[in-house]
Amino acid sequence: MTMEERMGGYNGEDGGKDRFPVGMRVLAVDDDPICLKVLENLLRKCQYQVTTINQAITALKMLRENKNRYDLVISDVNMPDMDGFKLLELVGLEMDLPVIMLSAHSDTKLVMKGITHGACDYLLKPVRIEELTNIWQHVVRKKKPDSKDQINAPNQHKAQGQTGEAGQTSTSSSDQKVYKKRKDQTEDEEEEGEDNGHESEDPSTQKKPRVVWSVELHRKFVAAVNQLGLDKAVPKKILDLMNVEGLTRENVASHLQKYRLYLKRLSSVAFQQANMVAALGSKDPSCLRMDSLDGFGDFRTLTGPGRLSSASLSSYQPSKMFGRLNCSATLSLRGISSSVIQQGHSQTLNNSDNGLEKIQPAVLPANQNQNGTLFQGISTPIELNQLSQNKSTNHFAEFNCVNDPNVFGSLSNSLSTASGNPLLLQASIQQMQRSGALGNQSSLGVTSLIQESFDMGVDGSSNFLDHGRCSENWQGTVQLSNFPSSSLSKSEAFSHEQLPTNNLQESISWMSSHFSNNPIDLSSMANSARLEDCRGNMQGQVGLSDNDIQNMDYTAKQQWGDRRHDYNGNLNHSLSQVYPLDSASGPMVDQSNAISTNTTDVSLFSQLSGEATYVVQHLEDEKSFFDTKLRSNEDFLFEQTKPQNGFSENNFESLEDVMSSMIKPVQSKDTTLMDGEFGFDAYPIGSCI
Amino acid sequence: MEKNPMRRQLAIMRQALFDQGYLDEQFIQLEELQDDANPNFVEEVVTSYYRDSARLILKIEQALERKPFDFNKLDGYMHQFKGSSSSIGAKKVKAESTLFREHCNSGNGEGCVRAFQQLKQEYATLKKKLEAYFQLARQAGPMETACRPK
Repeated sequence: MTMEERMGGYNGEDGGKDRFPVGMRVLAVDDDPICLKVLENLLRKCQYQVTTINQAITALKMLRENKNRYDLVISDVNMPDMDGFKLLELVGLEMDLPVIMLSAHSDTKLVMKGITHGACDYLLKPVRIEELTNIWQHVVRKKKPDSKDQINAPNQHKAQGQTGEAGQTSTSSSDQKVYKKRKDQTEDEEEEGEDNGHESEDPSTQKKPRVVWSVELHRKFVAAVNQLGLDKAVPKKILDLMNVEGLTRENVASHLQKYRLYLKRLSSVAFQQANMVAALGSKDPSCLRMDSLDGFGDFRTLTGPGRLSSASLSSYQPSKMFGRLNCSATLSLRGISSSVIQQGHSQTLNNSDNGLEKIQPAVLPANQNQNGTLFQGISTPIELNQLSQNKSTNHFAEFNCVNDPNVFGSLSNSLSTASGNPLLLQASIQQMQRSGALGNQSSLGVTSLIQESFDMGVDGSSNFLDHGRCSENWQGTVQLSNFPSSSLSKSEAFSHEQLPTNNLQESISWMSSHFSNNPIDLSSMANSARLEDCRGNMQGQVGLSDNDIQNMDYTAKQQWGDRRHDYNGNLNHSLSQVYPLDSASGPMVDQSNAISTNTTDVSLFSQLSGEATYVVQHLEDEKSFFDTKLRSNEDFLFEQTKPQNGFSENNFESLEDVMSSMIKPVQSKDTTLMDGEFGFDAYPIGSCI
Repeated sequence: MEKNPMRRQLAIMRQALFDQGYLDEQFIQLEELQDDANPNFVEEVVTSYYRDSARLILKIEQALERKPFDFNKLDGYMHQFKGSSSSIGAKKVKAESTLFREHCNSGNGEGCVRAFQQLKQEYATLKKKLEAYFQLARQAGPMETACRPK
């Protein structure tokens, strides 16, 4: 049968929402006409509204035209025009719709593939009606987090629905992914509250109504929390302090929860990842926009407000996971990231015509690096961000070259391509996200960041959370930077975004304090070290205004270059090496500020050995940071949060100081971080701007 | 339950198809989808199946004439064929296609050819039987509901 579209008059939306699951709108895709016909009839029997397509490409086009038109997609695996898994990924990433795979094969590998690509379910042909009667549950599951607060979420996503508390518990128990997801969800909820009461949106109509936690809003939030003191911050008071119309207590509560979790995560997990994430996330605001949802389940949830968030998140994930899992994660992430990246790639192409596309390629290669695909992906985004962020593309290029081929290479690639293409960053971030375990979290960060253009990787912030310390530092850094400078508007946004949750705030403050010593922490975790570095960079970067960012990038780059050499050796070495570079850049001075902080990272970075890691870390930091911010689905513009730290001021102004400090063995800080910083810097610069 | 002798005959024929393994549960699913709004659903699907799968059979035949065998392609065709066949509940045909795919996977060209011959036979046999079945069904008049054989 050829394609027949039955719009059954639902045009989206309401079709039988009220009697859900009756009237649920399903899109069935299968090249085999017999199977399609039988499936269509079976679905009709279940009282769903069915649209059948026998070509995957057409299906995708239709979905892209109006994603609200369908609630669920059922697709065959083997199709001539497009691989079913590919369609699955794209749908998941772009539209965040639940997808069920169908196949005549019951090969375990295929089923696994379906799962890794984000399928909600995998059915065998011939499909029985009993199996189809329950598929509506997937729709509910996906929508829950978005909208209902009180949904008793059987799964984690749902947990998000419960603002705060529930989320917290779940997060702590589940791994980051879950957390992220939750975050997203919570954010969604928040968004809803804020936006307009989308609250209980009908599953059929919208995927996730979100309260947009804009940078402005987030800033107010963070300010309020800081004012009250994180321990004493209760949603009601925060709400009063913020004094924003239309914001409900629930929104604030869930946001607060996310924030708290974020901070917690920052302190506990390897910072590095956060860095990486942050780097990725923040860097690429444009990328975020790509709105490449990442296919991965978690990521998808982020889809967010047209930001890459989902994508970014996904990318983050890897970074986060990276820290945590280390090996396993990396591996898995790698796989995911690669897939994600690819997705991102395709996504980027779809979304961002500019730079992003370029980035993609860059990113992809990065992914290839085994080193931690995540990192690479992350690094790339970071780079991308940088590129997009500031015009000093060339800086990055330099930077990239120096860096590890994996990480840096990608960076360079991205940088060059991205020159000034924020999208690139985003794209990369997205990719990272995709691959990333961070997924949700990161994406959020990413999206917001990208928008701000400082994407620094704040997105990664979510990841950062995991990193715990690192992230915190990072956040602080980021935040700091944001505040001090007006130019930081970007950064602000960055920070704002980054701290999607209360955590951010905390992290920021935490970071400020840690800022000075952050690198050291890293030593504990090789990775974390990097993250710290990243953070340091981030801070610097954040603080830096656009100009700074550029400079910073440059500096970072230099440092990177140095670091790279040193890499094998101690990080310290790199630091020293790095210094010389500093001199090179005048504008870098600003960066120096950042750099100094970064240096620590840098040194760490070298330790990390995986440069990529470094980059990733930074990204993570940033990312996590951003993530947190993003998570809330809205761009948190971090702006407000950071001034409190006052840290940022430092960053900003004293690039030169930074530089000089960097030059001196930063070791105290853990110079090793420097590397991280570099990567980081570069990143933030973009994002900061 | 079938008062009409023709109906009874139809029921017996139908039962035989199940008992002899030509059809499986899936066919019943199709029958259950048949209702007033879709009175000839089953027959329509089966007809479509034979029409579309005939093309596949032809493709496989042509592919088997080209040596060396392109097992991947053959496997792809057979996979699709298997999917369709299972959708209408063609049990024996489905079994043969599974066998064919196994031979494909192990690179057994001889086995593929043999399995394909077997498959074509089952495919033709079932077609005849179903044609007779539907013809009788049309003669017997519309059935109210599909009833499960067991």
